[in-house]
Amino acid sequence: MKRIIDGLKSKLAKTKNGFVAKIAETIKLRTKIDQDLLDDIEDILLEADIGVDVCSFIIEKLSDKIRLNRIQDPSRVMILLKEIIDNILDSDHDELFNAEIYSPYVMFFVGVNGVGKTTTIGKLAHQYVQQGKKVMMIAADTFRAAAIEQLSIWSQRSGAIIQKHQSGADPSAVIFDGLTSAINKKIDIVMIDTAGRLHNKVNLMNELAKMKRTIKKVIPSAPHKSILVIDSSTGQNAIIQAKIFDSITDIDCIALTKLDGTAKGGIVIGIKHELGIPVELIGLGEKIEDLQYFNSTDYIEALFE
Amino acid sequence: MLNDLTVRMEAIVKKLRGEGKLSEENIKESLREIRRALLEADVNFKIVKSFINNVQNKAIGSEVLKSLTPGQQLVKVVHNELISLMGDKLLSLNLPHNRINKIMLVGLQGSGKTTFCAKLANFYRKKGNKPVLTACDVHRPAAVDQLKTLGKQLDLPVIHHPSNKVSKIATESIQYAEKNLNDLIIFDTAGRMHIDQEMMQEVLLLKEQVKPDYILFVADAMSGQDAVNVAHEFNIQLEFDGVVLTKLDGDARGGAALSIKAVTNKPVIFAGIGEKINDIEEFHPDRMASRILGMGDILSLIEKAEASVDEEQALKISKRLKKNLFTLNDFYDQLQQLKKMGPLDQIIKMMPGMESKMLKNVDISGNETNEIEAIISSMTYNEKEKPEIINGSRRKRIASGSGTSIQSVNKVLKQYDHMKSMIKKMNKGMKPGKMKFMGK
Ligand SMILES: Nc1nc2c(ncn2[C@@H]2O[C@H](COP(=O)(O)OP(=O)(O)OP(=O)(O)O)[C@@H](O)[C@H]2O)c(=O)[nH]1
Ligand SMILES: Nc1nc2c(ncn2[C@@H]2O[C@H](COP(=O)(O)OP(=O)(O)OP(=O)(O)O)[C@@H](O)[C@H]2O)c(=O)[nH]1
Ligand SMILES: [Mg+2]
Ligand SMILES: [Mg+2]
Repeated sequence: MKRIIDGLKSKLAKTKNGFVAKIAETIKLRTKIDQDLLDDIEDILLEADIGVDVCSFIIEKLSDKIRLNRIQDPSRVMILLKEIIDNILDSDHDELFNAEIYSPYVMFFVGVNGVGKTTTIGKLAHQYVQQGKKVMMIAADTFRAAAIEQLSIWSQRSGAIIQKHQSGADPSAVIFDGLTSAINKKIDIVMIDTAGRLHNKVNLMNELAKMKRTIKKVIPSAPHKSILVIDSSTGQNAIIQAKIFDSITDIDCIALTKLDGTAKGGIVIGIKHELGIPVELIGLGEKIEDLQYFNSTDYIEALFE
Repeated sequence: MLNDLTVRMEAIVKKLRGEGKLSEENIKESLREIRRALLEADVNFKIVKSFINNVQNKAIGSEVLKSLTPGQQLVKVVHNELISLMGDKLLSLNLPHNRINKIMLVGLQGSGKTTFCAKLANFYRKKGNKPVLTACDVHRPAAVDQLKTLGKQLDLPVIHHPSNKVSKIATESIQYAEKNLNDLIIFDTAGRMHIDQEMMQEVLLLKEQVKPDYILFVADAMSGQDAVNVAHEFNIQLEFDGVVLTKLDGDARGGAALSIKAVTNKPVIFAGIGEKINDIEEFHPDRMASRILGMGDILSLIEKAEASVDEEQALKISKRLKKNLFTLNDFYDQLQQLKKMGPLDQIIKMMPGMESKMLKNVDISGNETNEIEAIISSMTYNEKEKPEIINGSRRKRIASGSGTSIQSVNKVLKQYDHMKSMIKKMNKGMKPGKMKFMGK
């Protein structure tokens, strides 16, 4: 897939909402680097939902760098700040969705309620179908009202086939049937949609663990990608979401949705810092083409320019 | 969860002991902790700043009440200040039966509007209203199906229209209500970004057309710092009347509630506490204040405890606790006490320092108390007083005596252990507290 940096930048331009301007202004107002300046920068980072802990970390790093390099000019602070955040996010993940090795390549979408799992599946399926791949969606959200109908519409829009059962059916059973038929039909990519669930609901998390066991029963190497979907308007709670979902389904990456609003989704910096889980996809709207691969350099550039 | 403020405050309380007055110096560290707690709770950073200033002004120089330690006094100031920000009144909508009341739900994508439509309809039907649901989300795939499914579960009419024109749907629903003598129409609208002008225009037109009695802004309790921008923009453009905070069954502290209240001055009226149709509650701002602080719902807990706990009983337990004599007999008594206060898991959740993680180990539901009672009743006096003597063969006997399994017996013993250590911890933490039923 071709990255559309400009699209991201223009969408994120709305996102930053004065974020950079504020840092720039803060810096302009000062002639020297002092504690007040660092405090102000910390406040600005906090306001971007970056995460309370990682914020302290960043500020500490920043003051170390300032001291070590004997920096006196406040305007250089911005460059250092970018470097530090870029180091946390570091990676570029364009080629990670390598669907060539495994067939079918199984993607497992999880997350709390209403974050955008089903929509992200629809958008991503569209891209793979465009590339000529055979894609199957599995409707393993049998709980939420009209979840199956919603995914069905996305399957029509994208041209992916869909495996579904009745509403209320056992999600693991749908998965079992779906994967079995995907093997028979020589499907390239399978995307499993699961019901939204709060990470503190033990029984729902157990159900998720069971789904994963079912996947493994049919295809031992799968899921090849467990994707945690996070709404960019989420605050600090996203960290514990990531922690708990990771402990159950071994999260490979994050899809950060709804970046077309004014929320910054900065919490992914905290998640990467604490848990090492990278963002790989970003959602920028409700339309089928509103999905892009995440690129840390672009993301930070868009945040800071 | 994230570090609990109470735990940190306890450390500070110790340091502050012996000081007669709160001063800028002696509360500095506490204020830093409070700031951090509020930020971790997702209270907007600007609001945190002014909040801390206010608290500081109110606290400095105040005499420490005899019954409190300085640390507790500060927590009290903080708590009061939070409540005054959140509001302390429980508010409800006025929906008289002699007219068609119209409620419109608006908010960001995925915040819980459609689900809440059904909850609201259910809630007011129980109060005697005759609701009809209206599917004005013509954008999201299967949004109409979703509302129709919910309507079916409730056996309520859902108005929709193949033309997918919002104004047409709204007109039809009003006609329907007039014809069928419904006194409440609930309008579901599509999720939208506050900066999406086209979409904001759409909902504004709907507002002008139907002139709702109430517009409720539906917000996710997990929202972060941006909640202020979203709420502000929705409020400027639509002038909503109140707020619904959804997904409060999660473990987010819900600081967004405070932020939204602060920027819009509109009250939070309802809470969504689950995915099911009955998972709706009227919103208690005072409880929210405690939740945001990470203090658990300590105040309502104290109230409940005071109302239902037998003083003498409490005294007895507290004495035994002091001597570290918390036996299965006491465990049993505690269960009885707690049962009077309401569902145990709710109670435990309300306790400071007891968060979902710990609940996993204690996890006592209503049904389970019965099993626990049966199991403890099948023990001999000696076993209850000295649980450590309960070996394999005794476990077997207890299991068959109570008609349960060895696993269940093991579980109860584990729960007892947990309760014991929890109470020990709480006991240490809340020295001269009011938590009578837990002992002093
Ligand atoms: N603006 C915007 N809206 C999005 C984006 N991604 C998803 N949405 C919207 O968010 C809402 C929820 O999306 P879903 O895909 O249903 O979310 P989900 O995680 O599957 O929800 P549950 O299955 O109910 O837990 C829908 O209205 C989507 O159109 C995005 O990137 N931008
Ligand atoms: N745990 C929990 N889930 C909730 C609650 N309220 C809604 N949900 C879930 O959140 C998700 C989104 O809810 P919807 O009612 O579809 O949200 P919406 O605002 O109508 O979404 P759009 O129409 O796409 O903007 C669904 O999975 C709901 O089941 C709540 O109080 N607790
Ligand atoms: Mg879904
Ligand atoms: Mg909806």
